[in-house]
Amino acid sequence: MIKVEGLTKRYNRFPAVQNIDFEVPKGRIVGFLGPNGAGKTTTMRILTCFLPPTSGTATVAGFDVLKQPMEVKKRIGYLPESPPVYPEMEVHEYLSFVGRLKGIPSSSLAQRVREVSERCNVADVSKKLIAKLSKGYRQRVGLAQAIIHNPDVLILDEPTAGLDPKQIHETRDLIRSLAGEHTIILSTHILPEVEQTCDEVVIITRGQVVARDSVRNLTSRLRGQEAIALEAHPGSARDESALESALRGVPGVSTLTRRAARSGTVHFEIESEPGVHVRGALARAVIESGWELEELRAVAVSLEEVFLELTSTESAPAPTQEAAQ
Amino acid sequence: MSNIWNICRKELKSYFASPIAYLLMAMYAIIFGFFFWNVIAYFVNSSLQAQVMGRSMPMDLNEMIVRPMLMNFSVVGLFLIPMITMRLFAEEKRSGTIELLLTSPVRDWEIILGKWLAALLLYSLTLGLCSLNFLFLFAHGNPDGLPLLVGLLGLILQAGALLAIGTFISTTTRNQIIAGGVTFAVCLLLWVFEWVGGYETAAWAQVMAYMSVIAHFEPFSKGVIDTKDVIYFASLTFFGLFLSARSLESLRWRS
Repeated sequence: MIKVEGLTKRYNRFPAVQNIDFEVPKGRIVGFLGPNGAGKTTTMRILTCFLPPTSGTATVAGFDVLKQPMEVKKRIGYLPESPPVYPEMEVHEYLSFVGRLKGIPSSSLAQRVREVSERCNVADVSKKLIAKLSKGYRQRVGLAQAIIHNPDVLILDEPTAGLDPKQIHETRDLIRSLAGEHTIILSTHILPEVEQTCDEVVIITRGQVVARDSVRNLTSRLRGQEAIALEAHPGSARDESALESALRGVPGVSTLTRRAARSGTVHFEIESEPGVHVRGALARAVIESGWELEELRAVAVSLEEVFLELTSTESAPAPTQEAAQ
Repeated sequence: MSNIWNICRKELKSYFASPIAYLLMAMYAIIFGFFFWNVIAYFVNSSLQAQVMGRSMPMDLNEMIVRPMLMNFSVVGLFLIPMITMRLFAEEKRSGTIELLLTSPVRDWEIILGKWLAALLLYSLTLGLCSLNFLFLFAHGNPDGLPLLVGLLGLILQAGALLAIGTFISTTTRNQIIAGGVTFAVCLLLWVFEWVGGYETAAWAQVMAYMSVIAHFEPFSKGVIDTKDVIYFASLTFFGLFLSARSLESLRWRS
């Protein structure tokens, strides 16, 4: 449905996006993951014909964004980072305006406005001024605007940014429910969001694609090695180095760091090798060396670590080799 | 066509949803109420004087009231133009709604024409409101209606041209104050260029004087439609709208 080949965009001399390739099959949800300034928004703007690419091609439903922009625009629903709403309009007025703009015939316009208002949970505010709406409602009005003409492709730029947890949950459910009939690209810098809503992930950093995989493969690759926080209280024993060596001896532990102690307890941060379950063995090691286990929990792999991981192993593998020598 | 109308209607709604439209119309109604009262008072005064002196001077309503009023509107209307056009694109660029317009299946010129048309309609409404004063002339005297209509037509043509230039200036910035300020300066220059023709007869002075909108409006105020004036306003309008389209296109390539 969407095909991008060798896409490059330069602002003056600064390359925002460099030689990006990816493809999105029909009905799939693809997540663009990357830090701010990675080139997510630029890529989306090229796909929506808002910006022309410097070189390379992008096609949506078989139409080139440069050669047949009108055909592309008819098939795309776009929610920019800040919802493009007019504060002086009422919600239903705004949706009717966008509906007409997208070429919905006036006979079915009122019907369509009602449908999307209900689907995006904005029906109860349809007579309110957009200026008076909360951020969450505005975001949903933005989403309603994007799907009003039932486009083949939906492009959502950080659809959950600035929402409260409940609204984030609702928005994700809504996006999931739109998959199948629509092909969706959404950008985010929140890893769990990608896990919960997307089928595939494209990770972009500094304008380049560093990883492209299904969510399952990617997360197992990144989550295989677990980060664990461990806190132990000295019971009968006092020997910290004995505990430390016992923990080091647990098979599967790759790194172990001691953190500053607090009120008599000892803290460790432990990373395990991929695919080895070490938490049970760690607990046993603490008890057997005569300490009391205060806390043992898995620490979520944050996006920062994902990026460190991807950028250090895939684009700069040399330093680790040198370190090994 | 329906796209143009859709955009135009949205713009009109925006004008009337905020106090802009009401404020402009009220301000101009007051200003022209005063102007009208003033010319009428002068007219009454001079006709009284003529009677006292015993001279029966021919008093022409068109010449003494309609024409000065139209000329006034032509000049004072210059101040109205930037207030109408400054927000047209600058506001959309600042709030990001331009992304919605430019990623919708509408052509750039449809967006521009829609906005320009809305601006022209608001100007015409203000003009219409101020023209209500003329009804008193028809109620209590017998002025000639046709020159008045020609004058109003001239005002609308002049506004079309200046609004097109204002629309273009609004596409170049995301700051409404800048858009308004520059448009005001351009409108003012296009008015005062005429002065050059008063003392200088060289070719450059003639060109400058020719560029002045007021010079081209003057025949209309006398009830004369001259093709060269119509062509002047039409080409200025086209020029402004054309530049707007180029500017909107370059927005995609530059940003």
